[in-house]
Amino acid sequence: MEKVTVITSRTVVINQADVDTDQIVPARFLTTTTRVGLGKALFADWRYDKTGAPRPDFVLNTPAAAGCQVLVAGNNFGCGSSREHAPWALLDYGIRAVISTGIADIFRGNSLKNGLVPVIVDAATHAWLIANPGAEVTVDVEQRHVKLPDGRTVEFPIDGFARYCLLNGVDQLGFLLNQSDAITRFEQGRAWQP
Amino acid sequence: MAPRSLFEKVWDDHVVVPESADNPAVFYIDLHLTHEVTSPEAFTVLRSRGLKVRRPDLTLATLDHSTPTVPVRTLKDLDLVSEPAAAAQIKVMIDNCREFGVKLYGFDAVERGIVHVIGPELGITQPGKTIVCGDSHTSTHGAFGALGFGIGTTEVGHVLATQCLLQRKPKTLAINCEGALPAGVTAKDIILAIIGKIGVGGGTGHVIEYRGSAIRALSMEERMTICNMSIEAGARAGMVAPDDTTFEYLAGRPLAPQGAAFDAAVARWRRLPSDPGARFDREVDIDVSALTPMVTFGTNPGMVVPIGQPVPADGDVSFRKALAYMGVEAGKPMLGREVNVVFVGSCTNSRLSDLRAAASVLKGHKVAAGVRMLVVPGSEQVKRAAEAEGLHQVFQAAGAEWREAGCSMCLGMNGDVTGAGQLCVSTSNRNFEGRQGIGARTVLASPLTAAASAIAGRIADPRQYLAA
Repeated sequence: MEKVTVITSRTVVINQADVDTDQIVPARFLTTTTRVGLGKALFADWRYDKTGAPRPDFVLNTPAAAGCQVLVAGNNFGCGSSREHAPWALLDYGIRAVISTGIADIFRGNSLKNGLVPVIVDAATHAWLIANPGAEVTVDVEQRHVKLPDGRTVEFPIDGFARYCLLNGVDQLGFLLNQSDAITRFEQGRAWQP
Repeated sequence: MAPRSLFEKVWDDHVVVPESADNPAVFYIDLHLTHEVTSPEAFTVLRSRGLKVRRPDLTLATLDHSTPTVPVRTLKDLDLVSEPAAAAQIKVMIDNCREFGVKLYGFDAVERGIVHVIGPELGITQPGKTIVCGDSHTSTHGAFGALGFGIGTTEVGHVLATQCLLQRKPKTLAINCEGALPAGVTAKDIILAIIGKIGVGGGTGHVIEYRGSAIRALSMEERMTICNMSIEAGARAGMVAPDDTTFEYLAGRPLAPQGAAFDAAVARWRRLPSDPGARFDREVDIDVSALTPMVTFGTNPGMVVPIGQPVPADGDVSFRKALAYMGVEAGKPMLGREVNVVFVGSCTNSRLSDLRAAASVLKGHKVAAGVRMLVVPGSEQVKRAAEAEGLHQVFQAAGAEWREAGCSMCLGMNGDVTGAGQLCVSTSNRNFEGRQGIGARTVLASPLTAAASAIAGRIADPRQYLAA
């Protein structure tokens, strides 16, 4: 995983609550056996019409969305399926942070393992961001805050270990493999065997 | 020691390295279930790093998500009936399992089926185990007093390589269900009512324990239906304390402990239920005696009403978008709406008791003209058991399609889809936009309600058929 420290970008806003991972990547794209190239499947049913042409009214197809790396969305973003294809698609498209008032558990965990930063903010800050699409914000993982255009900063919660992994590009599998001796001791010392 | 909940006992029993302010716990997994859709990239990572599967003996694989539900016995058959990408994915799974020494229940296996149906059915889902799968409905296994939860593909790789995950301890939510369930009202209606009450994000960060006399009275298959949809309330896991119902279900199953080992396991399992006085971070009470059959009206499982009640009004932009997608008007009931497709299946409601329930309503009736009804057993074992008692004949005589086991139209990955604008009454778990096909409109309901709606050609209250 690449290091993630500071992301400065204009925002793109999807003002909808409970955006599920079936919307982020519809299931028919899950027959892939690799994570590469899923950006084209991102929000496919909202982005394209029946003929595959972009729908001009969907926000990601507007000129203002080009190059935006921060997505602002409604509460409970990423609910539903555990498909890691959802953060893979967002990252492949170019989104590097998601800001909401609530982010679903499995999606949040999957995001952190791929360097997509889940950012939870208070309702007032969220309402301002929803009302001001295109605002330039800075998501600062080191400082654990989002900086708004007026210079104000809003802290966001992030687990210390997850933050350390983002800042240092740490691969959690390597961390677990280093626990091999402890795992063996656990397996040998159990009161029962599965 | 302070009183502990069921969840806390299972958690404590699997901590390899405790969590600290700096680090999450290293947490041991007793059973890793895998399928073709969320594992390929994990095996790729193992291969690229020269790693082995640490505990192939604690790993099981099946084919369910992208498998076709028309008969397939060989890979040549697969090429004839399957979409090419789906067929290729299945072959990658077969190759990965062979290369890494993972037991796979493939097309030639009588054990094959939906991953959350076969674990319990084989008896490898057991109280007190930690069970994961790259699938959010792994919460199903909590019905046995196991801690089962869905993981992403990166974590699938972690478990394959180390049999462990890095985990922070979640909070606990007790849902106390009391009262006697009225006739025609099912476990599916209980869980839909719960999600309607706490919301699709209401369980985020929590493990649910379903408790109370109404839960004790349920069969294992009904408990599975409830735990299955915990994730639809945002909770990664839902659990039920193991009891005699659990032990009777497991006794004699092929992968459950046998003989004296079974008795020893039961003695250990009896210590798992929450201690008197165990504390939960939150508690919610539900009176199931007041419930009626439930149906969803929107595009998430929390948008749900009692079947005869009008769809509520709400000015919220997401709410209005959902109603527009469904072609539903606030103030009018879902009851009586025209139905195009009925799907009985999925890891929520595809077990023998679900098929019996649907058949009990359907028997002696016909599926309404113009309605397509698909009945998809959860596993090959369920299919055989259903056929042994003639249920397939009830479905076929009524005009329904009787298919091979798989996830099928729950997520429409290989051919079984609902068309754009069509309304499908479905016993599955997600009514998300496009879940069952591009533009498909899903109404979640119990197998009883699904069967009643198939006969009527409209969303129908199953109680009128039970009374007759």
